[in-house]
Amino acid sequence: MADNYDLIVLGSGPGGYVAAIRAAQLGLKTAIVERENLGGICLNWGCIPTKALLRSAEIYHYMQHAGAYGLTAANISADIDAVVKRSRGVAKQLNQGVTHLMKKNKITVYMGEGRLSAANTLVVKSDKGEEMLTAKNIIIATGARARDLPFAPADGKRIWTYRHAMTPPEMPKKLLVIGSGAIGIEFASFYNDMGAEVTVVEMMDRIVPVEDADVSTFLEKALKKQGMTILTGAGVQSLKATASGVTAEIKDKDGKVAKSEFTHCIVAIGIVPNTENIGLEALGVETERGHIKTDPMCRTNVPGLWAIGDVTAPPWLAHKASHEGVIAAEAIAGGHPHAMDAKNIPGCTYCHPQVASVGLTEAKAKEEGYEVKVGNFPFIGNGKAIALGEAEGFIKTVFDAKTGELLGAHMVGAEVTELIQGYTIGKTAELVEADFMHTVFPHPTLSEMMHESVLGAYGKALHI
Amino acid sequence: MPIELKMPALSPTMEEGTLARWLVKEGDSVSSGDLIAEIETDKATMEFEAVDEGVISQILVAEGTDGVKVGTVIAMIQGEDDGAAPAKVAPTPPTTAKAEAPVVAPPPTPVAAPAPAAPAKVAGDRIKASPLAKRIAADKGVDLAGLTGTGPNGRIVKADVEGAQPGAATTAPAASAEAPVTPAAPAAVPDFGIPHEVVKLGNMRKTIARRLTQSMQEAPHIYLTVDIRLDALLKLRGELNASLESRGVKLSVNDMLIKALALALIQVPKCNVSFAGDNMLQYSRADISVAVSIPTGLITPIIVDAANKSLSTISTEMSALAAKAKDGKLQPHEYQGGTASISNMGMMGIKHFTAVINPPQAMIMAIGAGEKRPYVVDDALSIATVMSATGSFDHRAIDGADGAELMKVFKELVEKPLGLVA
Repeated sequence: MADNYDLIVLGSGPGGYVAAIRAAQLGLKTAIVERENLGGICLNWGCIPTKALLRSAEIYHYMQHAGAYGLTAANISADIDAVVKRSRGVAKQLNQGVTHLMKKNKITVYMGEGRLSAANTLVVKSDKGEEMLTAKNIIIATGARARDLPFAPADGKRIWTYRHAMTPPEMPKKLLVIGSGAIGIEFASFYNDMGAEVTVVEMMDRIVPVEDADVSTFLEKALKKQGMTILTGAGVQSLKATASGVTAEIKDKDGKVAKSEFTHCIVAIGIVPNTENIGLEALGVETERGHIKTDPMCRTNVPGLWAIGDVTAPPWLAHKASHEGVIAAEAIAGGHPHAMDAKNIPGCTYCHPQVASVGLTEAKAKEEGYEVKVGNFPFIGNGKAIALGEAEGFIKTVFDAKTGELLGAHMVGAEVTELIQGYTIGKTAELVEADFMHTVFPHPTLSEMMHESVLGAYGKALHI
Repeated sequence: MPIELKMPALSPTMEEGTLARWLVKEGDSVSSGDLIAEIETDKATMEFEAVDEGVISQILVAEGTDGVKVGTVIAMIQGEDDGAAPAKVAPTPPTTAKAEAPVVAPPPTPVAAPAPAAPAKVAGDRIKASPLAKRIAADKGVDLAGLTGTGPNGRIVKADVEGAQPGAATTAPAASAEAPVTPAAPAAVPDFGIPHEVVKLGNMRKTIARRLTQSMQEAPHIYLTVDIRLDALLKLRGELNASLESRGVKLSVNDMLIKALALALIQVPKCNVSFAGDNMLQYSRADISVAVSIPTGLITPIIVDAANKSLSTISTEMSALAAKAKDGKLQPHEYQGGTASISNMGMMGIKHFTAVINPPQAMIMAIGAGEKRPYVVDDALSIATVMSATGSFDHRAIDGADGAELMKVFKELVEKPLGLVA
């Protein structure tokens, strides 16, 4: 006899486990199926452990610059194994946290590979054999994995994906990073801070290409100042692993091809959705560029089958997946959740300096036909930033000149990933420039720059 | 603190409604989004959702009570953290309506005039709208009171205002104009002792009475009639339906006339207007309200931008809207607005009729039956399928010559129907 549920969630990443918790809270009999680690990539191999690594790199950086704060730190060194060990400990702690949350919410956990045999039936394969589960609704939350270079698949020794880079066999001396999206640039920043000689190759004409062009320009300058080599408009033509490292043929923006040697290479050129071998084809689940197509309530074209997170349309971010998990669970429980607006989903990159943004870039806003008012306030004009010794960066805001709608906000500098949420709340609540101007920002904080940027868009900035 | 659950305004014109059915009982716990009750408004039966979370501690207005004024407390919710039983709240009124008219009883002579109209806008019921929505509405001249919010807790957000038809601006003048007229109070009906039964009016009937009286009293109607040959349109319809059969679409003559009227309105924009006191609204899009007869009266679901829709789209939308209308499930945005109307009584064999304009629109097309008639073609008497169509125009806004132009264009589009599929 198959176990029967109201809802089965396939995949326990930040989308899946959150969907399961919300469904259980709403009284649905819920199960979750996971093939590897509860918490998925995010907790175990993504967002969280990288933040732990980057924190170590940050502290190392401060120790090296202790003199700037009137302090002395002698005999500073970094132990990559210890840094990685700490990161794994953080991941483990959170993984246990999810286990606890599943138990607390009475969600049945099946460890194994799930495969749909019908729209309402899931076969879970594990060491213990095969189990058949049925459910009124099933949510696909299988996520995505790193995209390989077609001519040089990752081997974990010399050619790494994010996953290998998180538990490196040794500290790279000379590192090539292919791709300058959030993942590529975070690892480039980490290893650069840890003392590696880092080269970033980006095909587009600027790094972090989804961000505002001003942010890309600023970040490129800042990273170069830290000693990073950055090649934009460039492509890797070939990549070969050798006993001592990798050899790459890189075509630069002028079309010249040159051979370079590195000890290791991280491939961060995008993701591939995990849609294979879970029975989607037989059910006729519609996809678009490989990702499952859904409506705003996360329904697929097959009744009773839902999909959330990286396996669906972009942006491919953990918080987007979690929010979709809640929407799907509430819709399944018969509620009427509000659809998510992609323009209100913030994005954060934890390189050094940090990058954070929400909404439209200035160029995109103009392309969409908006007449814009742009504010830009530099960290150097902020007391707290100077006191912190972090006077590099800026906060840029883009308003619709006609309505005062905040179309986008773009930040680069210390702690901006913690600041962006202020604009996100305002944007989601549809506040206009007058509301932001009318808000009192505490002194002394970095957040004062958010105020000044808005004031600046309307020619009213004070400290510049 | 117990939370007061108040009679919601489910449509902009709603002043009172019937509490048709409770979907919860005292002691039930509800959370945001749960359906609490079904409420019959002047147009449709709508579901009422909980916004707050808690336990229904008291139901104060019984199921079936009608004439419940918007804002009346209908139930109390005890929040989760609240302690003891709620202070008993005096069951506030189903009052006025109940007192007003007993259901089936010989009326006193004469019948008392209905209670005077409630104020156009319900006092104390704050309009929830985002700052951005308010600003865009102010720029566009859209009245927020006429919109249904889709944001959290029914908040009006940018998308609601942007989706609002420019006509929504007319809710303001229209509403204020309505007020004095509202007591569509017929003079007393004397009782001559003729055996009869008093049938209480439903909300829809009351609205129809009020709006049509308003229209005839305020808008000087002129009527322009043309005879239109249908043979070419019927032939085209046959051919189109043969090719659409595989898609499960079957065009009706009315679907084609909807499109013809919309195209005619775009070609003669002087007839695609609303008269609004000191202003006239000149619409750049033709949204056609289509009269649909339903058991409780009449309702006019809208084909938005019909001039730019294919016949098959119009047909599909119309079937869906008509089905919803019959079930009383139309949403306000599906029947409020429209720039002109069409009413077809051909299927009932009516040869020719004049229709009452649906304010704040300024024209309505009344369609008679298509029938074989003796017809002069090239100076010889022959037989043709002909229908009579009569446009009613609000003469305040539309001159006779412009109305005539619209009728001419409409006639040409129907008689040479390839223009409908071009």
